[in-house]
Amino acid sequence: MSDTLTYQGVTDTPHEPGFGDYVQLLKPRVMSLVVFTALVGLLVAPVSLHPVEAFSAILFIALGAGASGALNMWWDADIDAVMKRTQRRPVPSGRVQAGEALAVGLGLSGISVVMLGLATNFVAAGLLAFTIFFYAVVYSMWLKRSTPQNIVIGGAAGAFPPMIGWVAATGSVSVEAFLMFALIFMWTPPHFWALALFMKEDYHAAGVPMLTVTHGRKATRAHILAYTLLLAPVPLAAALTSIGGPLTLAVAVVLNLWFIVGAVRIWRRDEVQAGADNYAVEKAFFRVSLIYLFLHFAAFLAEAALKSAGLGGW
Amino acid sequence: MTFRPEHELHKRRFSRNLGVGLTLGAFVLLVFALTVVKVKRGDPMQGYDHVIQPEAVPQEKTE
Repeated sequence: MSDTLTYQGVTDTPHEPGFGDYVQLLKPRVMSLVVFTALVGLLVAPVSLHPVEAFSAILFIALGAGASGALNMWWDADIDAVMKRTQRRPVPSGRVQAGEALAVGLGLSGISVVMLGLATNFVAAGLLAFTIFFYAVVYSMWLKRSTPQNIVIGGAAGAFPPMIGWVAATGSVSVEAFLMFALIFMWTPPHFWALALFMKEDYHAAGVPMLTVTHGRKATRAHILAYTLLLAPVPLAAALTSIGGPLTLAVAVVLNLWFIVGAVRIWRRDEVQAGADNYAVEKAFFRVSLIYLFLHFAAFLAEAALKSAGLGGW
Repeated sequence: MTFRPEHELHKRRFSRNLGVGLTLGAFVLLVFALTVVKVKRGDPMQGYDHVIQPEAVPQEKTE
């Protein structure tokens, strides 16, 4: 009898989250990009860490990024529930309570910052704390709902991981770390605006002032081209520093030409053409942008490997 | 003697408890490994108990 009552009571309660639901709060896909770029920043630095320290540094940088993702999901639950792309996230789908997301985000923020400081140094820990603050407060709470420049300024949050990786190894910021930061910072607007071109209805429904909503698609296409042109010198400059070399320079030239050609094709199209092929060019540009960033950082890593083998580098 | 059938909720709770337990276990191991690395790489340390330290003895004044 008591069992029956227990089970009835149990089944009446709202969905109880599993471990995977909490993992989803940390945005594992975004985390994979953070892990990769932070790892490159750490490995190309002129100072090498003990493998245990290096592993800890990457783990806690990733955890910090996950914490800011959880805080973002807590704050943005209302607009996530409206947008198709984000409706299945743990909070809007009801699998995790908003308060739990807040607790997970705050708890993991504290753990990741303190542990990164203890494992490496407190300059890196300070940068991680600032990154979490920037993403959760400056981007999520302030910029995202108030200005079409949300992606431009908010992109800084995603650009910090390679710099934190570098600082974890060396203890200070340098021109190489800054250029890796600038590469992701300048890459973010064209990447997200391409997404916004073929996901406009989502942002419109949620009332998020993306450029496509506030200035229209024609202006967005022009902005994509402008930012792509501004982006190009950054990896070329990085290729001329101590983390670069002939391989990095060749990769930067090819990838930026490819990216600029894609941006020009987007700029020359109008909505009739885009609608006719279901935004094929915009979707292709979005996919290329992912390859673009991955190959740039892979080139930095390959150059460092070649340099250690007595090849590569200047 | 009766066995209570396991409810789907219990399976979910078990997966969550297992995940948290394994995560905490991994965290403890990581902190231990970090401690070993930091201590091994530290400068040679001097114990200050039951050891005569000549450099700590005040110099006698000579007139």
